[in-house]
Amino acid sequence: MTLRGFIPGFVTALALSVSAPALAATEISWWHAMTGANNDVVETLAKEFNASQSEYKVVPVFKGTYPETLNAGIAAFRAKQPPHIMQVFDAGTGVMMGAQGAIKPVADVLTEAGATFDKSQYLPGIVAYYSKPDGTMLSFPYNSSSSILYYNKDAFQKAGLDVNAPPKTWKEVFEAARKIKQSGAAPCGLTSTWLTWIQLETFSAWNNVPYGTKENGLAGLDVELKINAPIFVNHFQAIADLAKDGVFRYGGRTSEAKNLFLSGECAIMTESSGGLGDVLKSGLNFGTGQLPYDSTAQGAPQNTIPGGASLWVFAGHKPDEYKGVAAFFKFLSQTDIQSRLHQVSGYLPVTLAAYDATKKSGFYEKNPGRETPILQMMGKAPTENSKGVRLVNLPQVRDIENEEFEKMLAGQQTAQQALDNAVKRGNAAIKQAIGQ
Amino acid sequence: MTSRVIFPHKVLPYLLLVPQIAITLVFFYWPASQALRQSTLREDPFGLVTTFVGLGNFRQVLSDPDYIGSVQTTIIFSAATALIPMAIALVLAVMADKVIKGRGFYRTLMIWPYAVAPAIAGMLWLFLFNPTIGTFAYMLRRAGYDWDPLLNGNQAMLMIIMAAAWKQISYNFLFFVAGLQAIPKSLLEAAAVDGAREVKRFWTIVFPLLAPTSFFLLVVNTVYAFFDTFGIIHAVTSGGPGKATETLVYKVYNDGFVNLMLGSSAAQSVILMGIVIALTAIQFRYVERKVHYA
Repeated sequence: MTLRGFIPGFVTALALSVSAPALAATEISWWHAMTGANNDVVETLAKEFNASQSEYKVVPVFKGTYPETLNAGIAAFRAKQPPHIMQVFDAGTGVMMGAQGAIKPVADVLTEAGATFDKSQYLPGIVAYYSKPDGTMLSFPYNSSSSILYYNKDAFQKAGLDVNAPPKTWKEVFEAARKIKQSGAAPCGLTSTWLTWIQLETFSAWNNVPYGTKENGLAGLDVELKINAPIFVNHFQAIADLAKDGVFRYGGRTSEAKNLFLSGECAIMTESSGGLGDVLKSGLNFGTGQLPYDSTAQGAPQNTIPGGASLWVFAGHKPDEYKGVAAFFKFLSQTDIQSRLHQVSGYLPVTLAAYDATKKSGFYEKNPGRETPILQMMGKAPTENSKGVRLVNLPQVRDIENEEFEKMLAGQQTAQQALDNAVKRGNAAIKQAIGQ
Repeated sequence: MTSRVIFPHKVLPYLLLVPQIAITLVFFYWPASQALRQSTLREDPFGLVTTFVGLGNFRQVLSDPDYIGSVQTTIIFSAATALIPMAIALVLAVMADKVIKGRGFYRTLMIWPYAVAPAIAGMLWLFLFNPTIGTFAYMLRRAGYDWDPLLNGNQAMLMIIMAAAWKQISYNFLFFVAGLQAIPKSLLEAAAVDGAREVKRFWTIVFPLLAPTSFFLLVVNTVYAFFDTFGIIHAVTSGGPGKATETLVYKVYNDGFVNLMLGSSAAQSVILMGIVIALTAIQFRYVERKVHYA
C-alpha cells in the first residue's frame, strides 16, 4: 500500500534528475525498454541525432521491461511529469489509445511541425495497427516484428525429414514434431514463445478468423472474444495432446521457450523475427520458414500482424519540444537509418523506401529467410480479422489466456474448457476495464 | 505497584517524538490514506476519468472467486513457510547447542542465508530448478521424474516454499539458539539425575520452555510469508502456473501494476492492511509480554 503513493514521487524525482543538465538545446526524453544489442541501437540513434543538429537533444532512459516501462510512463503522467516519447509494446497499444487526453497523435506532431506526413511511405500493415479507425496514425512504429518458424536442421536430418522444406501447415508441423520425438532425433519436437501473441492473435489473422468482435477491437472498445471457435479449439487440443505425449514443451508466457530451441532440446519453434539475433549467436544449424497456417481455414494464409513496439508522444509539452520530437521521428524515418535498423536487428523496416533499398542491396539473397516476416505481413491486403488485436486491457487478457493454457497443458482441462474459460473471464475483464 | 519516571520538562518529550512521528506520517499515514481514498474510486490507468464507487471495489474483490482462491493459496503458502523453517531451525539449534568445537563457526554459517535478498534467493532456486535452464531440473528429468513447475502448480508452490523457507531458517535458528541458552542448565541436570533421557528431557523441559520463542517466531514468520516473499514469487513463478502461486500480496501488485486496476488493487491492500494490524496487535498483546530476549 505504501508503493502506490511512493511511485509518483519517486518518478518525479527521477524525471527531474533527468531533465536537470543545463544545455542550450531543448531536451527530448525517450523512455524505452530495450536491452542488450537493441539498447546499443537506441543509444547510437540518439547520439547520431544529437550530432546531426544542435537545436534538440534526445535523452534515452531505460525503464525496465515493456510492462514496467508502460507503468513508469503512466505513473509519471499521473505525477504530471511524463516523458516526451515512450516506447510501448504491442499489447499496450490499446491502453494508450484508451487514454485520449494523455497522448498526442504522431500524425499531429509531424504535421504541426510542418513536416509533410505521407502515410503511404510506411508499410501498410504496420501503419494500420497503430492508427485510429479514421486512419490517423497515433504512434511511430519503431520496432515491429512478425512471428516465424525456426527449425533445427540437424534434428530434421536425423529424423529423416526434408532439411530444405520446413513444414507449411500446422498439421505438417505436428506430424514432423511427432516424428522427431519418436525417432529420438530430439527430446522434444515443438515449442512456441508467446502463446497468446503467436497462437491466438497472429493465428486468427493468419487464418482470417476473428479474434473478437468489432474488428478485434479496432472499430470499438466493447469487444467480445471469439477465441473459443472450433478452429482455435482444434488447434489447442492438438497442442495439448502433443504436450501430453511430451512432443510439445511449454517454456513460459513470453519468450522463455527460446532457450528450449537454442539448447537443442526442441527441434521446431515459432518465435518473433526479432529473436533471430539470439538464434544466430547460438551457432545452431537452423533454418527459418513462414509461420504455419491451418489448412482447414479458407483463404489461409492471410497476413500476420505486427508485434514489437511503437513510440508514443505524451500530451502537455511545449510546442517547441514537439518540434524536436517531430525532427527526431523524421530522422528515424530516413531510408539509410531504417534499412540499417532492419538489417542489424531483425525487426521490420518501417518505410517502403527502406524495404526497397534493402532489396536492391541484395541483402535478402545473402540472408535467406530475412524477407519472410515482411512478405507474411504484406502478402495480402488486411481483412477485418487481420489488422491486429486492440483491447484496452490486452496485457490483462493475455494473462487470463496464459493462465487457462497453463491449466490445459498441465492436463487439468481440455482445450474447449480452457478457451471457454478464457472467453468468459476475458469478456468480464474487458467490460470492467471499459467501465460497463 | 509500578514506579513511574516523571520528566519535569513539558515540551521536550514531544520535541523528541517529532522526527519519529514525521517519518510515520510520511511513510505510513499518508500512503495509507491514499490507499483508502483510492479504494473507493474507480478510474482508468491514467487517472483521466474518476468515479466514486464507495465500497464497490471491496464488494467486487470479496465476491471474486480468484480472490478467494488467492486467500487459500496464501494460507497454504504461509503455513508451510512459517512452520518448515521453525522445525528445521529447531533441530539445527539443538544440534548446534551440543557442538563444542567451532561453535561460533557453525553458527555464523547458519546465519548467512539471512543476508540474501529475497529476489536473489528466488533467482538461486530458479537457476537450480527452472525446467528450461535449471541444473537440478535437468537431473530430475534425467532420473525419470516429471519435473515441470511451469505447468504443475504443486511443484511451483513447492519451489517457492523451499526458497522462502530456506531463507528464513537462519532467523529462526538465531532465536532458538538464544532461547536454548536461556534455559537454566540446572533444570536439565536435575532431570538427568532423576534418570530422564535426552529425548524425554527435550520434550518435557526444553520444548515447553521454548514456547514463547516459538510463538514469537510463528508470528514473525507469518508476517514474513505474507509480505516479504513478494521478491521470491516475482522472480520464480510470477504467480503462475494458472494462479497456483498468486498470494494476496502478489495479487495486489498484479492487479495494480500489470492489469492497471488501481481501485481493486487499493481495496485489496486495505484488506491486507487490516490483516497486518490484526497480526501486530496479537504480537503485542500476547507475545511481547512472554518472550525473554536472551
